[in-house]
Amino acid sequence: MSRLGGLGTAAAALLAVVAVTTLAAPLLAPYDPDFPDLLSALAGSSSSHPLGADALGRDVLSRLMYGARTTLLGPALVICVSSVVGTALAITAAWAGGRVDAVISRVLDVLFAVPGIVFALITVAVLGPGIPGVVAGLAVAYTPYVARVVRSAALRERSLPYVAAAWVQGRSAFAICVRHLLPNLRPIIVAQSVSALGFAVIDVAAISFLGLGVQPPAADWGLMVKSGFDSAMRGQPLEAISAGVLIALVVASVSVLGDRLGRTV
Amino acid sequence: MSLLTISGLALAVPSAGEWRTLVEEVDLTIGAGEAVGLVGESGSGKSMTARAVLGLTPPGARVSGSIVFDGAEVTSLGAKELRALRARRIGMIFQDPRAHINPVRSVGDFLTEAMVANLGLPAREAAARAVRLLAEVGIGDGARRLRQYPHELSGGLLQRVMIASVLALEPDLILADEPTTALDVTTQSEVMAILDELRRERGMAMLLITHDLELAAATCDRLAVMYAGRIVEAREAGSLTAAPLHPYTSGLLLSRPRLEETVHRLLVIPGRPVAAFEADPGCAFAPRCAHALAACGEARPVFDGTVACTRSAELTLQGES
Amino acid sequence: MTVIQAERLRKVYGEAVAVEEVSFTVEEGESLAIVGESGSGKTTVARMLLGLETPTSGTITVCGRPRAAGRVSSKERRRRAREIQIVFQDPYSSLDKLQRIGDVIATSLSLHFTLTPAELRRRTLELLESVGLAERHAAMLPKQLSGGQRQRVAIARAIAVEPRVLVLDEAVAALDVSIQAQILNLLADLRAPGGMSYVFISHDLAVVNQISDSAIVMHRGAVVERGPTADLLREPQEDYTRALLAAVPRPGWKPSRRGT
Repeated sequence: MSRLGGLGTAAAALLAVVAVTTLAAPLLAPYDPDFPDLLSALAGSSSSHPLGADALGRDVLSRLMYGARTTLLGPALVICVSSVVGTALAITAAWAGGRVDAVISRVLDVLFAVPGIVFALITVAVLGPGIPGVVAGLAVAYTPYVARVVRSAALRERSLPYVAAAWVQGRSAFAICVRHLLPNLRPIIVAQSVSALGFAVIDVAAISFLGLGVQPPAADWGLMVKSGFDSAMRGQPLEAISAGVLIALVVASVSVLGDRLGRTV
Repeated sequence: MSLLTISGLALAVPSAGEWRTLVEEVDLTIGAGEAVGLVGESGSGKSMTARAVLGLTPPGARVSGSIVFDGAEVTSLGAKELRALRARRIGMIFQDPRAHINPVRSVGDFLTEAMVANLGLPAREAAARAVRLLAEVGIGDGARRLRQYPHELSGGLLQRVMIASVLALEPDLILADEPTTALDVTTQSEVMAILDELRRERGMAMLLITHDLELAAATCDRLAVMYAGRIVEAREAGSLTAAPLHPYTSGLLLSRPRLEETVHRLLVIPGRPVAAFEADPGCAFAPRCAHALAACGEARPVFDGTVACTRSAELTLQGES
Repeated sequence: MTVIQAERLRKVYGEAVAVEEVSFTVEEGESLAIVGESGSGKTTVARMLLGLETPTSGTITVCGRPRAAGRVSSKERRRRAREIQIVFQDPYSSLDKLQRIGDVIATSLSLHFTLTPAELRRRTLELLESVGLAERHAAMLPKQLSGGQRQRVAIARAIAVEPRVLVLDEAVAALDVSIQAQILNLLADLRAPGGMSYVFISHDLAVVNQISDSAIVMHRGAVVERGPTADLLREPQEDYTRALLAAVPRPGWKPSRRGT
């Protein structure tokens, strides 16, 4: 991991901790995240509730642990879909060139110009509030983020003599793209996807904050910032702060990691 | 007294937790106004040797031995003194001029900047002198060229601009690292002719680093042939090519195809050139040498100022006819 | 038998004419050199022969079959691959850095021949051996090989499909002098038995003298002189050929300024 450097390794470690905690939440969480203990409502930090409790008396720490699932799963889906679609479009554009490239590039430019949230609002309007609508909208919005970078890398790769040699040998375009271009572009695709993941986390959390993404009573960091906002007004800021800090940390780690992966390409 | 004296130069760079030797026990002198060709294949350490003279070694490199330029020890100079040395006394011409000329500044800026900064010339005078220099390197419409940008010039023209910029500072020594390798043959001939002529006129010394033995022989007084980080033969150019003493020199001369005759098969040196850190103990060239004896693989032959081969006295090697 | 007949090839990029009225033929077993400097259009000619560029006008006939322009089916491309192959200048970027040497050759073989796994392996090793590489190289990645060794792999990949013509685009220009001689000898050996023809593209007249029977000299997109290589080098008729010849370093040579 030395190629990641100190900061990169720290970022990877933090993300690993978050991922393990998320998966092991049922074992690690001190409380049922949805159990309302009204007596503890708006409790501050204590030995029984290290990060206090929310307005309904639910343990904030437990909700953060479970909440990571919805908070991270949505963005992960967004990135999976947009990276696969984006890479396919990028390689197609770079290989075909000419009019195909022009059309794909223009469409990507237009998509790139529209903020992700706007797409999500449209798909949520059609599919209703909740994760599926948000993911569908953001997946479209994030496609150019991966595709534009991969396309220019693919153009460079495509111009190398080994590609011409494979073509002269009679290999099919599909085989050249899948067997040669794709493996050589993989580091760039990974780096770009990881840094896009950071933005997706913010967007999904923001949409949940707006009340259009994950629906209460489910635990979700974006929602917790929103409900914690009310609690903060009532003198208990721990919920909003801890959820907000976690989002910031995860986003920062992901973007550091993306940067380091991109640099070592 | 010689202008540059390199003795016992060794250079190693860190790689994956160990030191990799690139240059070893290099002794070389260049007299004032003398042209010396440093010839070798990839990995021979020829470029590193030249870079060490200017303190342009890779980061973290370990340099030992001594490099004395005009009485001063270069290896102990600080960054500031090295810069001064590069600015006034030693000029460098690189293989790829495009990589060493700022693309967003005009040719005029590139040429006059150093004259103004290092020679203290007024800008007008520097510009007039730049035009004269361009004329000397064979670029006639100098005034127009000064307003152009590097991307508007061909590689050959840009290399001439580079030569003009070096001549402007009237250094005592020019280090030319493969100055014509990236150029077409006809352009190469022209650029070398210009460099050779102007250098002689001004009495500047030159260290020419090249892989091309014929090119070096045509433009240098003395040649030093490097293999695996060491000098294996260093002699007056004419006698080195006519009657080489080291089997590697002979091999280099004979493996090059000729214009005058077509042979059925070229004489080849088997294997590939190695870098110093890859070399076996004993003579680094022994595994590829047609004349090697068992003893050659045991002790490393000492370079006696002329040749580093234990069998040089008994062998009669073929040179170019 | 004529394996390549190029007639009045012309290639225009926008306003710039890269190749103008270039015609030549290559006979079976012949080695034709296309000599020129950068910008002479020699590489564009090579790319047109291989179908990597489409001529603006003019025709190319390979093994008696005219090469029609436009889209070509995969099957037709595989058939054409058996007629003409290429080795590029840069031994570093002409191999996929992630593909093992054995796979490079095996892929090429299995694309054109139906072989059992055992036959495929045997033939791969035979080919590596024929270019002076050993069995242990098959498992290596390109970065584990030297420039000369990579160029050998590129040659093995090209001859794996048993082409009638091999185009060598400055194929020895980037190599060390001692390696260059090895590759030139290898190319001489490979040509001897099967009557493979070479189109050898180079700026280096000494190399051209060694490898070719006849030559055409290109300058600014057009052919300025043609003939048997030996005659061309001994008695060049055109000023440009003379200048080119005069610029080659050799014993007793001095560099000179053009026209002075």
